[in-house]
Amino acid sequence: MSQPESATADAQAGGPSDGTPSAGQEPLAKLAERYGLRRAIARPSLPVYLRQLWERRHFIMTYATSRNVSKYSNSALGQLWQVLTPLLNAAIYYLMFGLILGASKGTVSDYYPEFLITGMFVFTYTQRAVSGGAKSISSNLSLIRALHFPRAALPLAYTIQEFQQLVISMGVLVVLVLVTGQPLTWLWLLIPVALLMQTMFNIGASLVLARVGATARDLNQLLPFIMRTWLYASGVFFSIGDKVTSSAGLPQWVADVMYFNPAAAYMELMRHLLIAQHEIRPYIWFVCVFWAVFALLGGFWYFWRAEEKYGRG
Amino acid sequence: MAELTEELSRVKAEEPGVPSTDVRVHPNPEPPRHPRAGTPTVVVDDLHIIYRVYGAATDAEKGNAANALMRLLKRQGRPQMKEIHAIRGVSFVAHHGDAIGIVGRNGSGKSTLLRAIAGLLPPHSGAVYTDGQPSLLGVNAALMRELTGERNIVLGCYAMGMNPAQVKDKFDDIVDFSGIGEFVQFPMSTYSSGMGARLRFAIASAKKHDVLIIDEALATGDREFKRKSQERIKQMRAEAGTVFLVAHNLDVIEETCNRVIWLHKGKIKMDGDPKTVLAAYNKA
Repeated sequence: MSQPESATADAQAGGPSDGTPSAGQEPLAKLAERYGLRRAIARPSLPVYLRQLWERRHFIMTYATSRNVSKYSNSALGQLWQVLTPLLNAAIYYLMFGLILGASKGTVSDYYPEFLITGMFVFTYTQRAVSGGAKSISSNLSLIRALHFPRAALPLAYTIQEFQQLVISMGVLVVLVLVTGQPLTWLWLLIPVALLMQTMFNIGASLVLARVGATARDLNQLLPFIMRTWLYASGVFFSIGDKVTSSAGLPQWVADVMYFNPAAAYMELMRHLLIAQHEIRPYIWFVCVFWAVFALLGGFWYFWRAEEKYGRG
Repeated sequence: MAELTEELSRVKAEEPGVPSTDVRVHPNPEPPRHPRAGTPTVVVDDLHIIYRVYGAATDAEKGNAANALMRLLKRQGRPQMKEIHAIRGVSFVAHHGDAIGIVGRNGSGKSTLLRAIAGLLPPHSGAVYTDGQPSLLGVNAALMRELTGERNIVLGCYAMGMNPAQVKDKFDDIVDFSGIGEFVQFPMSTYSSGMGARLRFAIASAKKHDVLIIDEALATGDREFKRKSQERIKQMRAEAGTVFLVAHNLDVIEETCNRVIWLHKGKIKMDGDPKTVLAAYNKA
């Protein structure tokens, strides 16, 4: 762990020292080939990689659970924070946007509390999974430099950790929505489908950011910035349709473009499922499916392409 | 943290005097004497490894997102970024049945070389060819101090690539070998440094290896544990094709190795049988 620092002194002191042995008669690469030795670092093909990842499923699950357990092990309320954090967030945003700024106008004003809380919970899931993924490689360098495993296990474990938290949050959300007087409908049966699609997107996005974050170290400074912008652009506090067409007087296609944002689409879908009055445009379904498949496939491919480079200084 | 400082001070105390002049010793060229036709297991071919290190930032550029954005926009790197050429052209061939000790000052590139052999650090240029999957005897990085010993055993075993049946199989062995008894139910943060080291070694050595790489694992725990762990390593050597060993305790290297490589400033200074190399190393 400390070798980069301790190596500094030597590199600075480093005069040339003539210690390399001669390679002998035969080039070493030839010798290695003759005895069937393989390069220690070689990227496996994508199917092999996915199989290796599947073989490490126990590690991924245990690592995710362990992180969740150790995360709150120092606080008095312990695991209760998993519930309290989203609740407090919802309360603060309701105070700010619902009561003080009076954002609850337009078509969503009848059901603004559940509209806001649902959006908050859904967005938080994606936000935390993506931020975690961005750190998953760069903050685990010692692990990467000590053990062999498909590196995608780390961003995957971070997303699963957030998924485990989400399951608890969803329990809270369902209770809150029922308390606000929403009826149970058949649409609620589709909630797992919506969560599955969002999870697929989150895995893909965190894989992409894991690779970016592994080399671009400044990403961690920049990420809160990006996340807040994303939060405001995704319509957590307001209905995008209302804001764009009624308040700003822009044409409908602007709203359609904004709904193509995956976070906005997953929020809209979940609101549609949970809130009886909340109608969405049908293409939201398509957007959700598209992002789930595209992000998952693209994310794995993009991450796998740099597999052998993770862990370099 | 305390453990690290403790280790550092121990290492520093055992470090031989810094050589004032470069003693140029020409190493034995690779194949002068091994009539016993050991086939190669590890071939290291003109290996170079370069680390990029980020120095401490000044106050002006620390911290917030806006500064980071400005730097990205201006396409500036961090001015403090330094490249450390840790391994500078190392070549050697290791054979079946070899136990190779690696000696050198702190920062001479020993750990880096081992990690490169294990396939954990990508080479800048050159290559490492291996027969089978070399494994580093080290699982510490996967463990979490806040968790109980039990959870850490399971986590560590999975991190090394075991399946649930193997973990169940090895669990009691690991607890017995570590000798921590009922402490296995307490968080690792409550362990003494010796207990922690014992548990880590017990977990790390629970798995069989093709090419085994041991980085400073022998100097942990009390006398009794040292004896047990040395036995365990001998047993592991018998199963492994090749063993690489880094230890600042030169006795351990003399006892267990049939070949020693002396690294200095990222290059091989000497490569040969333990007596010759260790004698020269002690003189330097």
